[in-house]
Amino acid sequence: MADPQALPATQTPLSVEMRGITKRFPGVLANDRVDLTVAAGEIHALLGENGAGKSTLMNILAGLYRPDEGEILIHGQPLDFRSPRDSIAAGIGMVHQHFMLVESQTVAENVILGLDTPRFVLDMKAINAEIAVLSAQYGLEIDPEARIWQLCVGEQQRVEIFKALYVGANILILDEPTAVLTPQEAVQLYETVERLATSGKTIIFITHKLGEVYSSADRVTVLRGGRVVGTTSPPETTEAELARMMVGRDVLFTVEKPPAAMGRTMLTVEAVNAINDKGLPALKDVSLTIHEGEILGIAGVAGNGQRELAEVITGLRRARSGRIQVYDTDVTNQSPLDVIRQGVSHVPEDRLGMGLVPNLSISDNEAMKAYRRPPLSRGPFLDRNAVTRYARELMQLFQVSAPGPDTQVRLLSGGNLQKVILAREITAGQEATGKDARRPLLVAVHPTRGLDVGATESVRKLLIEQRSAGAAILLISEDLDELLAVSDRVAVMFSGEIMGIVPAADADVDEIGLMMGGKCSTPTGTAV
Amino acid sequence: MKIHVEKRLEPSRSAAVLIPVFSVVVALILGGILLALVGANPIETYKAMLVGAFGSRYAISETLVKAVPLMLTGLGVSIAFRMLFWNIGGEGQLAMGGFLTAGFALFVAPKLLTAMEPMIGALNGAGLDFLAIALPRTVLLTGVIAAGFVGGAMWGLVPALLKAYIGVNEIIVTLMMNYIAILWVEYLFYGPWKDPQGYGFPGTAEISELAWLPRFTGTRVNLGLIIAVVAAFLLWVVLNRTKWGYEIRVIGENPDAARYAGINRVRNIVLVMILSGGLCGLAGMTEVAGISHRLQKGLTVGYGYTAIIVAWLAKLNPWAVLVVAFLLAGLLVGGDQIQITMGLPASVALVLQGIILFLVLGGDILTKYRIVIDRPTDPTLSGAESNS
Amino acid sequence: MDSMMLVAILAVAIRAGTSLVFATIGEIYTERSGILNLGIEGIMLMSAMTGFAVAYHSNSAWAGVAAAMVMGALLALIHAFLTITLRADQVVSGLALTIFAGGLASFMGQRLGPNGGPLVGMVGPRFEKLAIPFLADLPLVGRPLFQQDALVYLMYILVPVSAFYLYHTRQGLHMRAVGENPHTADAKGISVGGTRYFYTMAGGALVGLGAAHLSLAYTPGWTENLTGGRGWIAIALVIFAMWDPWRAVLGALLFGAINAIQFRLQAMGTTIPAAFLGMLPYIFTIVVLVAITWFESARKRVGAPAALGIPYVREERH
Repeated sequence: MADPQALPATQTPLSVEMRGITKRFPGVLANDRVDLTVAAGEIHALLGENGAGKSTLMNILAGLYRPDEGEILIHGQPLDFRSPRDSIAAGIGMVHQHFMLVESQTVAENVILGLDTPRFVLDMKAINAEIAVLSAQYGLEIDPEARIWQLCVGEQQRVEIFKALYVGANILILDEPTAVLTPQEAVQLYETVERLATSGKTIIFITHKLGEVYSSADRVTVLRGGRVVGTTSPPETTEAELARMMVGRDVLFTVEKPPAAMGRTMLTVEAVNAINDKGLPALKDVSLTIHEGEILGIAGVAGNGQRELAEVITGLRRARSGRIQVYDTDVTNQSPLDVIRQGVSHVPEDRLGMGLVPNLSISDNEAMKAYRRPPLSRGPFLDRNAVTRYARELMQLFQVSAPGPDTQVRLLSGGNLQKVILAREITAGQEATGKDARRPLLVAVHPTRGLDVGATESVRKLLIEQRSAGAAILLISEDLDELLAVSDRVAVMFSGEIMGIVPAADADVDEIGLMMGGKCSTPTGTAV
Repeated sequence: MKIHVEKRLEPSRSAAVLIPVFSVVVALILGGILLALVGANPIETYKAMLVGAFGSRYAISETLVKAVPLMLTGLGVSIAFRMLFWNIGGEGQLAMGGFLTAGFALFVAPKLLTAMEPMIGALNGAGLDFLAIALPRTVLLTGVIAAGFVGGAMWGLVPALLKAYIGVNEIIVTLMMNYIAILWVEYLFYGPWKDPQGYGFPGTAEISELAWLPRFTGTRVNLGLIIAVVAAFLLWVVLNRTKWGYEIRVIGENPDAARYAGINRVRNIVLVMILSGGLCGLAGMTEVAGISHRLQKGLTVGYGYTAIIVAWLAKLNPWAVLVVAFLLAGLLVGGDQIQITMGLPASVALVLQGIILFLVLGGDILTKYRIVIDRPTDPTLSGAESNS
Repeated sequence: MDSMMLVAILAVAIRAGTSLVFATIGEIYTERSGILNLGIEGIMLMSAMTGFAVAYHSNSAWAGVAAAMVMGALLALIHAFLTITLRADQVVSGLALTIFAGGLASFMGQRLGPNGGPLVGMVGPRFEKLAIPFLADLPLVGRPLFQQDALVYLMYILVPVSAFYLYHTRQGLHMRAVGENPHTADAKGISVGGTRYFYTMAGGALVGLGAAHLSLAYTPGWTENLTGGRGWIAIALVIFAMWDPWRAVLGALLFGAINAIQFRLQAMGTTIPAAFLGMLPYIFTIVVLVAITWFESARKRVGAPAALGIPYVREERH
């Protein structure tokens, strides 16, 4: 399967050597003269914040991007990757953060995708049998005939790793491999990775979690702002030292959180059932309550019904049964607009896809909820000047940094995008409830995903401020540390059900991990 | 060395102006080659087209005559395109607008006139002769305009409802409804509505003169032109100065964000398609009440399709639609001219339109992207490639 | 209706549906790779005209078929270049192609006849019906199935081959992957652009083949608007077929049957006006489209390739 010429032919123990790699994107210098060396059989962590250039560097190694400058040596041989094909031929396999799998096809079809053999006719029976045997040998049992969308996230990741090994990869790149796993699945992954390293494979994994470096890496290279800050090994350093290298300043890992002052029950969700886009059950008898001045965190691996929960509450998805109540008002299956009018706002998971209109200006985006009322509009007419004034005020209040309110939203950084959304949503919630003694509800889905440390901190601070001001917040996140730090109570979702709700203060990570689905967190709809 | 494209952070303004101009020039050159291939002299042909379309007061007035339905259908489809509703049914909506206009003028108008007689008599008796003349004209003109709008609107409503409630592909539905509308109108003027005194000519009887759109003296240019300009103004106001226009823009740019922000998609699809179909229906109205004064063969000559090109070349801007419609009308009139004077097929105009649209579409990449030429970054690397 | 009449209707249905089968399968291939080509009405007009013109002048129907297919592929190439390389909007590009190619067919049809005159009304070579020995003698189905022209027999071969290619070959797997998830295909070293170019052109060639059946066998000769919206009906059939070649045959036959019944009624001297009979295929298209959309959305099934109509750009941020 692997090209024998690409196997190590030299005595040098280095399997990967990247020298002076520079990569520019329009407006961004993603990699600036980056050097990286990894020895054969080593587990090497590539540590850095979001936007530090880790993924870009690895996409270059995988042949997806071409560097503007610099050279790559694999097993001592200088190579020029013109396409992923060249990289694959050199024995490099990459497991991307967003899995590169065709959901509607089977495991086996995904595994053989892109191979040169068989030339024409596919004998799927023989291929399935071969994959079943080989995957067992690697300790990565997978069902070759299952369709990808039927698999849980951990299994999908195993398919990805197997795919790389099947074509003869001896250098394996894993991009944020534990981001989507339960703690137990992560442990299983570490075991797999160590087994592979012992058998001589070289592993590079990208991460922004310090703990992960300590639990598995032999060496670590830290990137910041597209440049290498340094390379070291876990025993030679401390977590605080690594954090400083990664962020460039001392980092406080704790968020200041005043004790909760809970008020009346604000949101009541009672035995709600809903189906997902594939028509499979996504929420099964979900019940929960949130009070004024409380943050309820929802933990769980992606695809276990969290998104559907947010959508059912905000009126974007129909509940098949059950009841949703804001204070005493029944909002079950009301239109999104009716729910908005009850003071429910929503920071959606997909910022550019749902939360914003990328090609419109900041003004138009900030106005997306307030345009219906004076002063932004009078009768059927919209007052453009008032819209601009309104946007300018919000930008100042929420410290959105951009040239001006006319700037197109798609040009903003992730942190500023999120501030534009939060500014609009928090204000909309206050406006809808300001007149009476009620408080707003904010449904925040992965509000810090992909943000750098500074932006993450300010988003978390904003959420806590809102809570302290009496708002109720439903916080959905995959980052357990964040949930435990920010929330007052944490509910765990698995396969569309609430497995339990615990106070964040005395939560046990292992216990939560088990509730999240333990070793295989099956997505909703497949397990019955 | 390899060429690739790179996204620009800001769209290039100079490219946005230059590309349409450049596209027209290149289209004319390509069209010229085509003409030369079939043995026609391109320069002579273009000259004949130019003179035929803009060479005299009469020629310009005839170009305006063709421009009016193009303006109205262009405005109609552009408002739907704004919302990413692909209304390809301008042709059918035009036909149905013409159908209801003729229906109103032929069958309802006489009854209205009869009903108004006592009132007109009273006005005459009171010495208000001016009102006595104006009243029936106003009533009938309002009637044909409303009929034209309603005819197109109901034809636009069907695909809107199917799309909004069931999610049926509107491209296919609007297109199929074109064929149905054209067959329906043909059925009427070949069949039950055929003028008994028409010597077998496929068309209805002439409509009451009181329902004719007033013309500018000495030309066939009529009230339709004013209606088109007013429609463009209203559309501009709606799009830029109202909440509804804002909602249309948000839906067009990101339907998911619109739903999330509580914007009612169903209502907007329905309202926009009523407006879109209605404007196309008005185009049919101007043809029937302004030009032919009857429903007849030749009502549907492809304005609804050319409208797509008008809308796209105008970047969906209402004022630009008026200008582009005028220019493309010149192309059509010029095409007709060369058919008459040089015996060349008029469809050369369609070919040129298609090429212009291709070039503008293709050229758009230059406003959004920059062409970059890659060079090998390090000459020492080039020797090692053969090993991989 | 007696069995004789059913047999007669089946015979016409197959003949009338053949061009739709080719065009629909062509468009299925194009869309499976992720490109929406709305220009096939224009491609059909231009290919039908070209096929007839070449057959007329070369006196060879097969040369006409070849020319129609080449023309189909070339016109599709314009669409591919605009949408893949230049990332133009696929809907508008397809519409532009229909207007352009339709106009060009009309233009050239006026000039490609004898002595630079019109082609309309000329009589050229055509595919005659040929009975397949033994098979044509089978009771009932023999004549409708096996007393047809050569292109119909070609269709009998093409349908299973195209389905097999789509589902059981490496190339078919790659095509589907590019249409479903081009990022994945790209990461696995499959050329997304190359694949899309290939199937857009291959699809265009098949559409051209369908058009050739119109102008060289079903309604031999060239007239303006010869296709009568068949290109658009084919696009509707792709949705009806849920992007599957076998279901495409079913849909095309259904439409052929509508045509057959239409002729039958006319021949029997029905009192229904011809215009209403002429509307049948279009009304039927809408009804079928509504029904299939309703049915499939109720089952929450999304048959369209996930990346259909979306340009693929590898190195792009924001």
